[in-house]
Amino acid sequence: MISFRVNGKAVSLDVDPSMPLLWALRENLQLTGTKFGCGMAQCGACTVHIDGEAVRSCVAPVSRAAGREVTTIEGISPDLSHPLQRAWIELDVPQCGYCQSGQIMSAAVLLREKPHPTDEDIDEAMTGNICRCGTYPRIRRAIHRAAELKAAGGAK
Amino acid sequence: MSEAVLERRDFLKLTIGASGGLLIGFYLPGAASAVAAAPDDVFAPDAFVRIATDGTISVVVNHSEMGQGVYTSLPMLLADEMDADWTKVRFEPAPVDPAYNHPIFGAQITGGSTSTWSGFEQYRKAGAVARAVLVMAAAQQWNVAPEKCATANGFVVNSATGARLSYGELATKAAGIKPPEQVALKNPKDFKLIGKPQKRLDTPEKTNGKGVFGIDVILPGMLTAVVARPITFGAKLKTFDSAKAAAVPGVRKVVQVPSGVAVIADGFWAAKRGRDALIIDWDEGAMAGFSTKSQREEYAALARQPGLSARKDGDAAAAIASAGKKIEAVYEVPYLSHAMMEPLNCVVDLRADGCEIWVGTQFQTGDRYAAAQIAGLKPEQVKLNTTLLGGGFGRRANPHTDFVSEAVHVAKAAGAPAKVKVIWTREDDMRGGYYRPAYYHALAGCVDGSGAPLAWSHHIVGQSIIDGTGFEKVMIKDGIDDTSVEGVADMAYSIPNISVQYHPTKNGVPVLWWRSVGHSHNAFVKECFFDELCAAGGKDPYQMRRALLANSPRERGVLDLVAEKSGWGKPMPAGRGRGIAVHASFKSFAAHVAEVSVDDNGKVRVHRMVCGIDCGQYVNPGIIEAQIEGGAIFGITAALYDELTFEGGRLQQSNFHDYPMVRMNDCPEIEAHIVHSSESPGGMGEPGVPCAAPAVANAIFAATGKRVRKLPIRMAEAV
Repeated sequence: MISFRVNGKAVSLDVDPSMPLLWALRENLQLTGTKFGCGMAQCGACTVHIDGEAVRSCVAPVSRAAGREVTTIEGISPDLSHPLQRAWIELDVPQCGYCQSGQIMSAAVLLREKPHPTDEDIDEAMTGNICRCGTYPRIRRAIHRAAELKAAGGAK
Repeated sequence: MSEAVLERRDFLKLTIGASGGLLIGFYLPGAASAVAAAPDDVFAPDAFVRIATDGTISVVVNHSEMGQGVYTSLPMLLADEMDADWTKVRFEPAPVDPAYNHPIFGAQITGGSTSTWSGFEQYRKAGAVARAVLVMAAAQQWNVAPEKCATANGFVVNSATGARLSYGELATKAAGIKPPEQVALKNPKDFKLIGKPQKRLDTPEKTNGKGVFGIDVILPGMLTAVVARPITFGAKLKTFDSAKAAAVPGVRKVVQVPSGVAVIADGFWAAKRGRDALIIDWDEGAMAGFSTKSQREEYAALARQPGLSARKDGDAAAAIASAGKKIEAVYEVPYLSHAMMEPLNCVVDLRADGCEIWVGTQFQTGDRYAAAQIAGLKPEQVKLNTTLLGGGFGRRANPHTDFVSEAVHVAKAAGAPAKVKVIWTREDDMRGGYYRPAYYHALAGCVDGSGAPLAWSHHIVGQSIIDGTGFEKVMIKDGIDDTSVEGVADMAYSIPNISVQYHPTKNGVPVLWWRSVGHSHNAFVKECFFDELCAAGGKDPYQMRRALLANSPRERGVLDLVAEKSGWGKPMPAGRGRGIAVHASFKSFAAHVAEVSVDDNGKVRVHRMVCGIDCGQYVNPGIIEAQIEGGAIFGITAALYDELTFEGGRLQQSNFHDYPMVRMNDCPEIEAHIVHSSESPGGMGEPGVPCAAPAVANAIFAATGKRVRKLPIRMAEAV
C-alpha cells in the first residue's frame, strides 16, 4: 500500500511500487488531465508536482510519492482562477491541448520561483515540454501575462 | 467535450422531450435517403443546431477538433447568420451519420484543410434557417408579419413595438414551424462574428485537464492492451511464447491478432510489462533487407529513366541542352512521423449485438465501417464517439483504419463482451508506419540571357500515398498520384519550358498524408531550386519571384507582404541571412521570410520567421495566427531535425530523443500577417507548413553561400 496526498486528498493505493506515478494518477485515481506522451521524460506532457517540484510522472515510480503531496492540473485551481489558466484563456494558448497540462504545471513552478521571468528563464523552464502544434509563442506570452496577473493580485 | 456524444435518437428525444427546445436542420443534397424519418414536429433529423429553452445554442460539428479550431470556427459561421448571442454558443461533436458527411468527400472525414471552407455555406445556411424559423415564431406570437421582425444577439425584436423575445423563449414554439426552403445569407459586410477574433470555445477544458481525449476514456470494467507488432513491415508471426507475459501480475489475457500479439491487462503498466516479457519469433519477410541507403540508390537510378509526365510546357530538355550554363541538383527528403503528442489509442466496448468505440479519429466513416466488418455487425450497430484529438496531422485519417481495426480485433480476440483500451507507446506510434514518404528529386534548369529562369526539368521519385486505398480511382490519374506532384506540377512561375515527371515506387513501408502532404516536400524543392536559378542568373530571389508571378496576383500579393514586413533587402545583424519562399496549397497562398544564422559548429538557428497568408475570406483571425505559428514550427522541425531511417528492415528511431522537435528554446520569433480578402475561403491547417523549410534553406545560402538540398539540414552535407 502506497499512501500520499493528491490535490489535498489522502489516497492509498495497492499497486506495483515501480509503476510510474503517471499510471497511478490516470488509471487508479482517474485523474486523466496528466498525459502520456513519451514514457521517457522527453516531452513533459506528464508533468506534475511532488511537494511543489516539477516531476515527469511517466518515469517517476509511484513509490516516490509516498508520504508526499502530489499536485496535478486538476488541483491547481478549482475554477480556472490560477493566473496561468487565466492567461492561457486570455491568449487562447491551446491548439489540440494535449500537452497543455504539462506546460501549465512546468510554468507554475517557474512562476513560483521567478515571479517575473525573463525570456531566458522561460526557455530554461519550458524547454522540457514539447508542443507538436507549436504553441510556444503563445505560451511565452501567456507566462509573461500570468506574471502580471499574479503581481496584480491574482495569486493563489 | 466532457458531455457524451448524443446519438440521433437521443438527440431527438432530448430536443422535443426534456428540453422542449428547437431542433433545426436541413437535408444535405443526397443525404436525405440515408436518414431516418423524423417525427412531424421535428424538421430534419440531421441537425446542426439545437436551441434549448434556456437559450443555450449547441452547434453540432461534423469535423474533428485536432487543434485547428474547428469547434469554434464552424459554430461562428452558424451563430453569425443566426444572430445568436455568442456567449451562449456551445459545440458538440457529431455522431456518425451520413447527414454529417463532408460535403465534398461524401464521408465523415477531417483533412485536406477543408473543414472551414467546405462548411462555410453549410453552417451559415443552417444558422440562417434557424434565424428564419425563430422570426416566424415571434411573428406568430406578436401576430405581425415576419418582415416586421429583426434579430440581434439572441433576440427577435418587434420593429414596431420594440418588444423582444429571446431565442430560448421562442424555442418551443419554433419547434412546430416548418422551416423555409430558401433563406438569404448575410452580405459579408454585415458579419458580426466572421472575420473577427473570437475566443476558442475549447480553451477552458484544455486548461484544466477536463477535456477528454481518446486515451482519457475510462469505462467500468475496462481492460488495457498493448500490442507487440512486427519488427519489420510485413513480418509474419511464426510462434510466440506467452508464459512469462501471462505471469506478470495484472495480465489477464495474451491473444493473437492480425497485427501481432496483444497483452490485455488491468492497466497500461501491467500490459506493457507483459509485452516486454513476450517471446516472439517473426518471419521478417520481404522488408528484412530494406535500408534507407539501398532505397536511395534505387531512387537515384529511377530518376535517370523517363517517368510519367505530370507537366510539359515547351521543351525543357532541349533548352537545357543548348544552354551555356545549366544547373543540376538532387534534393532529398526522408520518411517522417506525424508524432502527435497523444499516441494512437482506441477504446472498444464489444458486445454480441453491438459495438461502441471512443476514439480520436479524423475518419469516422471508414473507421466505423471497418469496425463493423471485423465485428460481424452492420455499421449502424457500431456507435463511434469522436473525442478530442491530441494532434492529427493526417495520421488519424487512415484509409487503412489501422488503429481502430486493431482495437476491435483485440476486443474480439479477448471474447465479447469485452471493454478494451489499446494504447500505443510512443515507440509503437513512431514505428507503426504510415509515414510521410521519402522522396528523391532530380532537377536540371537554366536561365536565359537576361538571367531569368528559362527551363526546369524535374523528376520526382517516391511512393504514392493513395496507391492501394479506396481513394485510388478518384485521386490517381494516368498513373500519377496528384499528391506526389502537387505544388510542382502546378507551379505558378512563368517559365517557358517546364517538364515534371513522376516515378511511383512501391515498397512495404506504409505511407500516408502528413500535414501539407505533397507540398511538404515539393515546396521545399521548388522554392530552393528556384533560388538556385536566381543565383545563377544573378537575380534577387524576391524580385525574380515577383516578376515570374505577374499572372498570379495572390501569390504575388502575399510575397510582397512578407517582403515588406520582413524588411527584405535591409541590413540585419552580422552573420544572418534572409531567405524567402512562396507557395500555394489547399486553396490558400503563403509566403515566408526566414532570418537564420549558422554557427561555427554548423548549428542552424532560425531567429525570425515572417509569415504571410492569403486564405481568402477568413473566419477567426486568432485561430489563423495560431495555425501560421504552429505551421511554421512544424515545418522548421522537419527542416532542422527529423528523419526516419531504416537498416536491416528496422526503423532506427523510436522516441523524441532521436526524433526531436523544435522546443521553446529554439523557437524563433514568428510574425503572422493575414491578407484581408473577400475571395472564397481557403484552407488553413496546412498552408503554413510548406514555406518554412525552403525559407530556412534559402536563408542559409544567403548567410553562408552553401546550398541545402537535403532534409533534415546538416551543414556538412550542404554544397
